Amino acid sequence: MVVQATAIRVKTALSAFLVAALYVLHQDFWFWRQARPLVFGVLPIGLAYHAAFTVATSVVLAVLVKLLWPAALESERPPRE
Amino acid sequence: MIAAAVVFAYLGVVLYIGVFAFRTRRTDGAEDFFLAGRSLGPAVFLLSLFGSNMTAFSILGASGHAFANGIVTYGLMASSSALVIPVSLLVIGTRLWSLGKRHGFITPVQMFRDRWECGHIGTAIFAVQTVLLVPYIIIAVIGGGTTLRTVTDGAVPFWLGGAIVSLVVMTYVFLGGMRGTAWVNAFQTVLFLLFGAVAVSVVSAGMGGFSGAMESLFESPATAPLLTRERISPLYFLSYTFIPLSSIAFPHIAIFCLTARRLAHFKKTIVFYPICMILIWLPSVFLGVVANQARAVPAIEAKLEARATLASSGAALGVEERDRLRIQAGGDDVILRLVEGYAPTLLAALLAAAVMAAVMASDSQILALSTMFTEDVFAYYGGTKRYGDAVQVRTGRLFVIILTCVAYLIALRIPQSIFDLATQYAFAGYAALSPLLVAAIFWRRSTKWGALASTVWTAAAVAAIAMVQTMIPAPVPGTEVPVLAIGGLDIVTRATTGAMVFGLLPVVPMTLISALLMVLVSMLSPRACPGRATLARYFAG
Repeated sequence: MVVQATAIRVKTALSAFLVAALYVLHQDFWFWRQARPLVFGVLPIGLAYHAAFTVATSVVLAVLVKLLWPAALESERPPRE
Repeated sequence: MIAAAVVFAYLGVVLYIGVFAFRTRRTDGAEDFFLAGRSLGPAVFLLSLFGSNMTAFSILGASGHAFANGIVTYGLMASSSALVIPVSLLVIGTRLWSLGKRHGFITPVQMFRDRWECGHIGTAIFAVQTVLLVPYIIIAVIGGGTTLRTVTDGAVPFWLGGAIVSLVVMTYVFLGGMRGTAWVNAFQTVLFLLFGAVAVSVVSAGMGGFSGAMESLFESPATAPLLTRERISPLYFLSYTFIPLSSIAFPHIAIFCLTARRLAHFKKTIVFYPICMILIWLPSVFLGVVANQARAVPAIEAKLEARATLASSGAALGVEERDRLRIQAGGDDVILRLVEGYAPTLLAALLAAAVMAAVMASDSQILALSTMFTEDVFAYYGGTKRYGDAVQVRTGRLFVIILTCVAYLIALRIPQSIFDLATQYAFAGYAALSPLLVAAIFWRRSTKWGALASTVWTAAAVAAIAMVQTMIPAPVPGTEVPVLAIGGLDIVTRATTGAMVFGLLPVVPMTLISALLMVLVSMLSPRACPGRATLARYFAG
């Protein structure tokens, strides 16, 4: 029981860290005034970065779904009247 | 005329989907009409939930914003939403689904009333949610009328175009309820997803590739800043990340969370949501930026000239002339103009149908308002008990008709700019209401008085900020007018884009203060309410 509670705490902390990391990575001040290089010859680096960020978000969300999935909610039944 | 034929064919298809949904209904009950019997499968759930979140802004507004502001549009609105919305679906949406299934809730207000044992405070939340949602429906009528007028070269006047679009949306919502709306939304999302790829390849072929256009944009001092974010502050960029908090608090999205057949259907929606965002927003933003180099298209050339005049002699011009030039330089139709300029006729017509799909995205809001009215007002105040379930559904359908007619009549009489303003603050308003959901689901100490304080604060803040923006005209780009200053420190200012608080969008203080009020007022109100029996249904242990 204690092991299970600890595992849940670790998973929640890891998930919170991942979301916080993505949030920080979203504020990419490092490409603020920079247009070059043009990725694939057409995408300014700032736009390419955020496109890549969006794809990375999808990957992290797949991890979050594994870590945080509230499976117990699915099996809950309506209360008796 | 080919474009008009394709758009009318599209309207026919969505109408048929509504009729088909009506025929395949399982019961005449409220849950079947308002929630599709909580039976949506994974693909329809993903596509329709995503489609409900995408308004006309995703295609038209995004490219228009990028046309004027550059690549920053994607970071401001798309990549932040791609993170915040799926996380809120995972954390809050799944809990809403479970509570709805266990306790039979159909609207968020039903949950608030039950969770906090409150009646009239629930009605107050309903009223604020309704006021913030109505402008979207009016905007859609205006967008529909404008698009039909454009694709028919004026053969269908605005009043008739608006009436046709209103009638089509009203009919499939009236007949199909949530099932019809979800299917139409799924169909529209597929169109949006195709639109981006097709539009990029067609415009690229027309312009002889994008490399040359990008190099030219980079070389010109007037357009080079469009390829960076140097024109906005990092603080402003940061404050935009609060806007997507509104998504889960919008009633039509919260209600949509209740329609999934199984909880597992959320998984694909959460993981693929960012992919759908990139497929729609990246082409829209990219084409909006590239349009700055599409001088071969006369309508775009006129926009660029108007913008150049504003930049060179805007301060010397009268307010009226400045406003006229601003409208002319506006980019909301820039993607339509690009497609018109570079795509073959039939393809342009198909793309026009996709744009039509974007401007018709008000169906979920109409259905949500109808659901809220029948559940939170009609049923709550005894209507269903007295007249039965079937009358409740009939009332919901009647409400759809009344709401659509009222929206249409308002759209004919009041200028769009007013509703543009209203929708702008609706996002901030719903973001400020999001602490209600978080507190109801996760914080057992929260009380109805905390909920009331957050709601009243949200309503007052939206009204105050809208008033500042209406009463003080927009200053020249790059300048700010102080509205409220204490000791030389500017607290509220009026910028070209709207009201600002400490250099942040109003949504930031609105949401933080709303959360703070929820905590403080809940802590100060009696512990006894809600009672133990109620809390036991929401929290284990």
